[in-house]
Amino acid sequence: MNFETTIGLEVHVEMKTNSKAFSPSPVEYGAAPNANTNVIDWGYPGVLPQANKGAIEFGMRAALALHATVAPSTHWDRKNYFYPDNPKAYQITENQQPIGQNGYLEIEVDGQTKRIGIRELHVEEDAGKNTHNPNGYSYVDLNRQGTPLIEIVSEADITSPDEAYAYLEALRQTIQFTGISDVKMEEGSMRVDANLSVRPIGQKEFGVKTELKNLNSFNYVRKGLEFEAKRQVQVLMAGGAIQQETRRYDEATGTTILMRVKEGAEDYRYFPEPDLAPLVISDEWVKEVQATLPEGAPARRKRYVNELGIEEYDAKVITQTLEMSDFFDATVKEGADAKRTANYLMGDVNAYMNDKKLELLETKLTPAHLAGMIKLIEDGTISTKQAKKVFKAIMEGQEPVAYVEANGLKQLSDPAVLQPIINEILDNNPQSIEDFKNGKDRAVGFLIGAIMKQTKGQANPIVVNQLLMTSLNAR
Amino acid sequence: MNYFETDLTQLHDQLVNKEISSVELTQATLANIKKTETNVNAFITVNDDAALAQAKAVDDKGIDATNLFSGIPIAIKDNILTKDILTTAGSKMLSNFKPVFDATATEKLYGQDAIMIGKTNMDEFAMGSTTETSYFNATKNAWDYTKVPGGSSGGSASAVASGEVLAALGTDTGGSIRQPAAFNGIVGLKPTYGRVSRWGLIAFGSSLDQIGQFTRTVRDNAAVLNIIAGHDQRDQTSSQREVPDYTANLTGDIKGMKIALPKEYLGEGISKEVKETILNAAKQFEAMGATVEEVSLPHSKYGVAAYYIIASSEASSNLQRFDGIRYGYRAKDAKNLNDLYVKSRTEGFGDEVKRRIMLGTFSLSAGSYDAFFKKAAQVRTLIVQDFQRVFEKYDLIMGPTTPTVAFNLGAKVEDPAEMYMNDVLTIPVNFAGLPGMSINAGFSEGLPVGMHLIAKHFDEASIYKAAYAFEQATQLFKQIPQVGGQK
Amino acid sequence: MAETELTQDDVKHVAQLAMLTFEEQKLEHFTTQLDDILNLVETLNEVDTTDVPATFTVTENVNVLRTDTANNTHQGSELLANAPEAENGLIKVPAIIDESEEA
Repeated sequence: MNFETTIGLEVHVEMKTNSKAFSPSPVEYGAAPNANTNVIDWGYPGVLPQANKGAIEFGMRAALALHATVAPSTHWDRKNYFYPDNPKAYQITENQQPIGQNGYLEIEVDGQTKRIGIRELHVEEDAGKNTHNPNGYSYVDLNRQGTPLIEIVSEADITSPDEAYAYLEALRQTIQFTGISDVKMEEGSMRVDANLSVRPIGQKEFGVKTELKNLNSFNYVRKGLEFEAKRQVQVLMAGGAIQQETRRYDEATGTTILMRVKEGAEDYRYFPEPDLAPLVISDEWVKEVQATLPEGAPARRKRYVNELGIEEYDAKVITQTLEMSDFFDATVKEGADAKRTANYLMGDVNAYMNDKKLELLETKLTPAHLAGMIKLIEDGTISTKQAKKVFKAIMEGQEPVAYVEANGLKQLSDPAVLQPIINEILDNNPQSIEDFKNGKDRAVGFLIGAIMKQTKGQANPIVVNQLLMTSLNAR
Repeated sequence: MNYFETDLTQLHDQLVNKEISSVELTQATLANIKKTETNVNAFITVNDDAALAQAKAVDDKGIDATNLFSGIPIAIKDNILTKDILTTAGSKMLSNFKPVFDATATEKLYGQDAIMIGKTNMDEFAMGSTTETSYFNATKNAWDYTKVPGGSSGGSASAVASGEVLAALGTDTGGSIRQPAAFNGIVGLKPTYGRVSRWGLIAFGSSLDQIGQFTRTVRDNAAVLNIIAGHDQRDQTSSQREVPDYTANLTGDIKGMKIALPKEYLGEGISKEVKETILNAAKQFEAMGATVEEVSLPHSKYGVAAYYIIASSEASSNLQRFDGIRYGYRAKDAKNLNDLYVKSRTEGFGDEVKRRIMLGTFSLSAGSYDAFFKKAAQVRTLIVQDFQRVFEKYDLIMGPTTPTVAFNLGAKVEDPAEMYMNDVLTIPVNFAGLPGMSINAGFSEGLPVGMHLIAKHFDEASIYKAAYAFEQATQLFKQIPQVGGQK
Repeated sequence: MAETELTQDDVKHVAQLAMLTFEEQKLEHFTTQLDDILNLVETLNEVDTTDVPATFTVTENVNVLRTDTANNTHQGSELLANAPEAENGLIKVPAIIDESEEA
């Protein structure tokens, strides 16, 4: 029997607002334990939530970027459950009316484009962090408590682990280009829960699904789903039944392990949050937010290819991250040749980042410096060979024009200087002129080598070539 | 000294004229509280030293002649936060809890240099109609120590009625200001929902809770509201409307005022004496040139049932934060996290609080939401619409505040369903978020009968206008309980 | 709303959700009291609420939101001091016996 797989993904993305969703405490990764907390974050008696306009608008950005319909009106709900990292014992979320609905995301797998539906997007608050200790205690840090999240729930349109991977890549990129989040799984600003079911091909109803947790990278998502799909098929083929359960992906063995069996739906006792005013989202407000939405990756790719003449593949590489794409745009805006900029970013700059294990914005390179160097290459001031030195310098934060001046790296392009040198070398090498006249091209290479030697490699090869050919023909 | 024969204006003049200092006034107040407390138990915390220090600071700075509250002692219900001063909400759960910040209402009183004299007793987490569910023992009715003072703000009401203070803050979720005001024969106002910030109020039913005030006279009552009302960014349900001067229209002239008297408010379950007293009050209003006409609020009788679902549901969620982890009571010897939660909560909450948490949790739980919580919220809509219809034609609604006068301590403790019926007349007002007042309208067997006055949203001014005219015409506020209580 | 007859098991289940527990004797008493309250509550069945919208709040406010500016009150240590148990800047709680460990 053949089976088909159905996958749904629930992604939580931390939004980088200045302050928390319902309290003015700062949103900041990596602060000392509980340093960014106040009485609201601690759920003190007498506090009230103070909803953050920024969080709503970031949520709207995500909805718009994913082609979802922004709800004309919504309100907050409480989701009730006890846990030490959930101080009020309720999470403020949007249960009844998500901020966005009916969106989609386009993915590409094996050269095929496929549209994955986005069922809904909810703005909600994150919980704190609970660290378990083998000493019989756990420890709670509430810094993360109240950080705004956008929860993005896909439709069950994903039919393979590869599609799931592609969806996550596309989602990460789309969200990153809205500017609302760093979307880094390693820092927990993007978190993925997956559910998967299998059914015999042709069967109408979905199979019983299991939920997967502890998926800490896109790769683990793919591996976990692959394992889980196989496991379910095996169980069914052996005449067993799938139970509704939560399973944990085990990185060491690449398998999924049972966490808990779900007995009916969890009882979160949702109800409308009475401490906050309802929201009415007018078309004007949506338009205002739309206007703040940075240009998305697909639009940028199109622009790079159509307006800047960049190869399709290169455009894709450059738009893989918002930082790279912004850097590219800024460099081109400084007057650099687009193709050369793209080549540098994908080649030397990327190699440097990998080598030093730095993010682009952590290096000392600026768009102005990169553009400066590229312009020096373009106008012949430096050769590509000299550019290697200049590149090292700009990666250390040096200004290219000043560096070239200071280190005498300027290319000799002035015919008034070069012509006498050429004349002298020709005078000293009559045999080479003879060889040239007899059609031996090697002679030209020899003569250029001699000229370069004489000029300590600073002569502009293009100009030298031109002047030499004219001189040779004139003899 | 006691506060039976004075008011805010008189005391203020004495302070300004240096006939008495704030320290002297505070000392005299503390001495009287000490004496009276053995009978009424209106306070959980008397703020002796801090109050005196505060009074001294005010004296040193000089009484502000433009500020009515400068140097005047005021009491605050114990579910309203006072920084560094024990705030228990009447519960074992918070019996050691010292807040790290002031409620907005507290802050505003401090801002006027009022002296925070103490924290008043209340039903645990404001759940109750008698102040008997307090972890800190029951408060007694100022008129008769064998009777309940009402609740949940029974401490504040009894403190004002027994002359311990001139004014006290309370809170009202289903009648918790108006009912004890009625039982103690004083003026208690629950402002419009959103009029006074809830920041720093320990939440019970968040869509219903409102801070308000008790005083002996209408003018004093309006003066307190002038101070505590107003927009607060920390409460996103608080109104941005301007605060008028509530003392401005106390002229005694209510000619042409249109008053509605709902027939349901004088129907089944209302005692004969209460009914008569209210009908007399209606005649009084008519005599002063107002019109009083019978109207109907057909859904008001469902208020109690809907209220116990909605308020308890909200409470069940609001009180989940009391888990023994970050503050408050923590059970000893918990084996694991679940054990810590269950033990701390089971030991920290009293029976009435548990009953409501249970009812609320049940009402919101899977399978019950539509039939209970949502149904109640729909009935709430009908109750709101009843009021809207009446207020299309009338300025004010009048009726009794409670079905009966104060009853015996312990009489209804074991029958929660009957106890809840006590709030039948006050609950609909919270549902609609309207302002409501109780003012003494007379006596039955020596105990005060409260008259309930209800106005449109943010029209507290109309209530004050009518109440003032009634108070001046009847002079009932001059009747004071026999201190010592027993007749 | 259906006629609800509350059993002790129902009450136990709700207590579990609410993180409360009742001794056997009290449980019976509580069940009776809760059942009385539910009987009172069931008078709502008399009201026809077809097509009646629900009222969850009576605030007149709409879109009341805070501007996204951070204000760190630096209260962390003050709040930790109030916690029954704390260590190294963290709130200390007994371990959770996780169901996954037992499964």
